[in-house]
Amino acid sequence: MVDEALKIEMGKQGIVVTSLQELYNWGRRGSVWPMNFGLACCAIEMIATTMARYDMARFGAEVFRPSPRQADLLIVSGTVTKKMAPQVVRLYNQMPEPRYVIAMGACAISGGPFKQGYNVLKGIDRYIPVDVHIPGCPPRPEALLEAFITLQKKIDAQPLTGEGRPRFLDAAAQGEFPVPVPGEHDLEPASNKGVWPVPVVIR
Amino acid sequence: MQKDFIPMMAANPYFSLTLLFLAALGFGLTPLGLAWLWGKVFSPPKPNPVKNAIYECGLVSKGDAWVQFRSSYYLYAIIFLIFDVESIFLLPFAVAFTGLGAAACVAMLVFVLMLIEGLAWAWAKGVLTWA
Repeated sequence: MVDEALKIEMGKQGIVVTSLQELYNWGRRGSVWPMNFGLACCAIEMIATTMARYDMARFGAEVFRPSPRQADLLIVSGTVTKKMAPQVVRLYNQMPEPRYVIAMGACAISGGPFKQGYNVLKGIDRYIPVDVHIPGCPPRPEALLEAFITLQKKIDAQPLTGEGRPRFLDAAAQGEFPVPVPGEHDLEPASNKGVWPVPVVIR
Repeated sequence: MQKDFIPMMAANPYFSLTLLFLAALGFGLTPLGLAWLWGKVFSPPKPNPVKNAIYECGLVSKGDAWVQFRSSYYLYAIIFLIFDVESIFLLPFAVAFTGLGAAACVAMLVFVLMLIEGLAWAWAKGVLTWA
């Protein structure tokens, strides 16, 4: 690896130095295609983010794909009901690696204002690994852009080998995430143990 | 003879076209090949039934993607063809009608009668009744 200060110094002299990892991650973060998937009111903000005023295309993410087969990023934009959760997890499963998830808004993080509802999932991170959480009800488009930039920074920092490499380069990493089924009182399983450690409630 | 071969090939008018075609082919196939190689070497495939399922908006897909259509739909194709071909041939006939002789009119009549025969056959078969 080239020293960062040396790289900047060489850049000033007109010599560009890069590594395969940097080049690869630069390509990956500049072409994250989100899935055309909206759940609730947050989706309206998501749509606004892609339009001319906020213009998500500046970050290479304007190509919203209507099929999970072509998408890299799942923006969980809104309340995930227990009826919808299996579909969300199934769509996530059908996305090819590398895949990333942004949980947008209070509902997707924790259930939000509907947390007490019997039919509301208390956070999508119970079933799928979430890369970036954005609070807000709904978050403004700027917040979604901030989340997207955070995701880009995360992609940029991922090494291609060794500890902390992205899941799709790791043969041992989990590939399938179990799709929950509606049970008698709740979804079964209530959470994916490998993704979300069940917190111990102390009364 | 070996010496003459290359200049002879270059003199061929299709030489530059072949060269461009090969370059275009390489331009398209090289990135695809590199991507395939990258995936083969670095990212282990992890297929599973959910991932390989037929895509249906996140719902459980019902049935097979290889849907069969009833072969009896050929009747609709035939009836469409009757009127379609009829209109295509009747228009030039109508345009050139004043300059035509008796033989041409008889030939056209035979043609139209053949189409009407097809229609009558379909009618008798009960294709025209919507059930």
